[in-house]
Amino acid sequence: MLPVYYYLGLAIILFTIGALGVLIRRNAIVIFMSVELMLNAANLAFVAYARYWQSMNGQIFVFFIMTVAAAEVAIGLALIVTIFRTKASIDVDQISTLKG
Amino acid sequence: MLFNAANTGGFFYLVPFLVFFPVIGLLINITLGGRMGEKAIGAIACLASGLSFVIAVLLGLALLGRPEGVVVPYLNWITIGNLQLDWAFRVDTLSVTMMLVVGGVGTLIHIYAVGYMHEDVRHNDDPGRYRRFFVYFNLFIAAMMILVSANNYMMLFIGWEGVGLCSYLLIGFWYEKGKDGIGNALAGNKAFITNRIGDFGFLIASFLMFKYFQPLAANGVFSFDFDSVATIAKQVPQGVILAITLFTLLGVTGKSAQLPLYVWLPDAMAGPTPVSALIHAATMVTAGVYLIARSHAIYSLVPVAQNWVAIVGAVTALFAATIAVAQFDIKKVLAYSTISQLGFMVAAVGMGAFVAGMFHLVMHAFFKALLFLSSGSVIQGIERGEHLVEHDPTLHKRMKHEGHFDPQDMRNMGGLRHKMKTTFWVYLVGALALAGIVPLAGFWSKDEILAEASTLNPAIYWLLIIAAFFTAFYMGRQIFMVFFGDPRSEPAAQAKESPAVMTIPLIILALLSIVGGFLNFPTLHTFTTWLEHTIQVVAEGATGGEAVAGGFNIVVAILSTVLALGAITIAWYLYMRRSQDMLKLPLNKRADDPLRPILGPIFTLLENKYWVDELYGYLVIKPYQWLSKFLAEKVDWDFWHDFFHDTILAGGFNGATRLLSGPVDLGIIDGIANFLGDGFKELAAQMRKLQTGFVRNYALSIFIGVVFIIGYLIIRLG
Repeated sequence: MLPVYYYLGLAIILFTIGALGVLIRRNAIVIFMSVELMLNAANLAFVAYARYWQSMNGQIFVFFIMTVAAAEVAIGLALIVTIFRTKASIDVDQISTLKG
Repeated sequence: MLFNAANTGGFFYLVPFLVFFPVIGLLINITLGGRMGEKAIGAIACLASGLSFVIAVLLGLALLGRPEGVVVPYLNWITIGNLQLDWAFRVDTLSVTMMLVVGGVGTLIHIYAVGYMHEDVRHNDDPGRYRRFFVYFNLFIAAMMILVSANNYMMLFIGWEGVGLCSYLLIGFWYEKGKDGIGNALAGNKAFITNRIGDFGFLIASFLMFKYFQPLAANGVFSFDFDSVATIAKQVPQGVILAITLFTLLGVTGKSAQLPLYVWLPDAMAGPTPVSALIHAATMVTAGVYLIARSHAIYSLVPVAQNWVAIVGAVTALFAATIAVAQFDIKKVLAYSTISQLGFMVAAVGMGAFVAGMFHLVMHAFFKALLFLSSGSVIQGIERGEHLVEHDPTLHKRMKHEGHFDPQDMRNMGGLRHKMKTTFWVYLVGALALAGIVPLAGFWSKDEILAEASTLNPAIYWLLIIAAFFTAFYMGRQIFMVFFGDPRSEPAAQAKESPAVMTIPLIILALLSIVGGFLNFPTLHTFTTWLEHTIQVVAEGATGGEAVAGGFNIVVAILSTVLALGAITIAWYLYMRRSQDMLKLPLNKRADDPLRPILGPIFTLLENKYWVDELYGYLVIKPYQWLSKFLAEKVDWDFWHDFFHDTILAGGFNGATRLLSGPVDLGIIDGIANFLGDGFKELAAQMRKLQTGFVRNYALSIFIGVVFIIGYLIIRLG
């Protein structure tokens, strides 16, 4: 059985990629995907620890996170579609009407 | 002692009407006088005064049954702590004597004034002022009645000031006339201000009285009434009484025109002649004599003060009599004569001869009122002549005078006995009465004073004898200058007699001047007996029985009569003989008065009244005006106004305001507010830039924040 920090290491890498994707990319879809990546990194960490501690709590959390992620995706995609309809672009830097 | 009116019979309860009647009269004339004619106004004023006189007569009759007198309480006037002043009327022989004089002579003068003022207001081109005159006149009667009927010094003081006010108002009756259009107003001011000096003395005396008498009063409540003052005075130290009496004397010298405060009375002749007769001869100026007689109880305690009173009176008598010799204004002669005669009275009451003083006061009221009123008749007679001359071209050409014609100047008169027969005869009676020719009023009263003086104080006696000589001389001079010889001006030649409304009071006064003296005829002493109920002492301690019983000394009487006749003879010689001789001289060498070449510089001295007015001018008025000017211009204007108010107060305030509004308000307060505002604005401008609108920036911020929080938690917990 693989030690738990292998899973953790993968989770950290995934989270970092996701975070960097959120911060660096301008395409709303990609950012969305990066957010999913970060959520799934967290899921992975939960699942790994759940297995490590022989506890079901972590796994229950994962179900919640997946539900939240699904809801988020549903709303997020709807927003993106609407933004695209008005702006004809999904570049988040183009959407800066609230600039101070 | 005195009793309450409540349980006495007689007419005593009527006494307040002495004051009420004149007040009612003046109120009617004030409110309704504008719609009434002159006749109605005059009738109401005369009636008011006459009813007062009737009351005085009734009181006199009532006193016959109760000669010791009555106090009629009327009001509780002022009650403050230890001071309780009542408005109470004192009816005794002394006050009733004054009431009779004020009411009787006052009414006669009112009647005379009806005629006199009728012409006077027309002569001065303002008939509307007729009503005002009688309002003032009635007010005077009311004030004088308060003065004489007072039962305490404070009530007396109210009357004292009231008559002073009326005097002022009536001297300045034609306030826009006189020298330079302000002469009469200045004369009024002079009278009022001079009297203030006297009143200062009266007030100081009252304050002293309260300070030293109050602790000794029954129950410690002092009422200023004459009886309690007389009782308490015996327990008060002599020095205090001396101070009180001397300060009172100062008041007397002001009101009764004695040295050194007599100067206002000659100027007071600026008032219409009835005013001179009523106020400045018969009644108001005698208030001082009355005051001393009223205060006889305290004066008797201090011989030193009595001596001073007598000396002031006697010196004034002589001093004023000499000035009267060289005056040309018919009223000025009478004014100085009044001062001189008041000197006689003051000297008499000063020596303790209160009855003699009061007797002379009454007689003087008769004959001096007569003289003044007659002189008014003369003046108006000449004014009528002047009027005639001005409207007649042929006569007008004969007018020698160029410019202003003075109808009061005796040098413009002469020969009037043919033109104004009644006036001449009554004037002659008045003059002889004043000169002291037997058996007229002045003879008896003056000789009573001289007789008292001859036993009481020889120095005073000789001063008065000489004054009496001058009196006879100046009256002779006046008679001869005015009524004898030839008219010295065209108006005098055309003079007309006055109407009956003026001559009838003159005749009545002349009769009184003839028979008045018998009131205290040497063997009867009616007046002495009458007054003795009030003034018990009559200097009996000092003189022994003779003077009290006599009051008349045959040697003195003969001496004074001889002197008076001699003086009149000299006057006759000078003003009849010498005047005729002088007419032969060429015009430029002809003196206006036969005495002038004889006396030379002395005449000039007398004509200029010893330059006392000028002396006072330099000693008092000039420094005072300089001081006033200094205070007004330098201290008040320059220092207080310009320096203190403008520079320091206003300047300082402006400076402080400028400082507060400029540096403090704009600089500090606004500075803080603006700094805060600007700061926040600047901060907001900077903070705004954080809102980039780029989602990734926000995401980065959140990320960094999360890193920081987690880092913190790790360090903290780890």
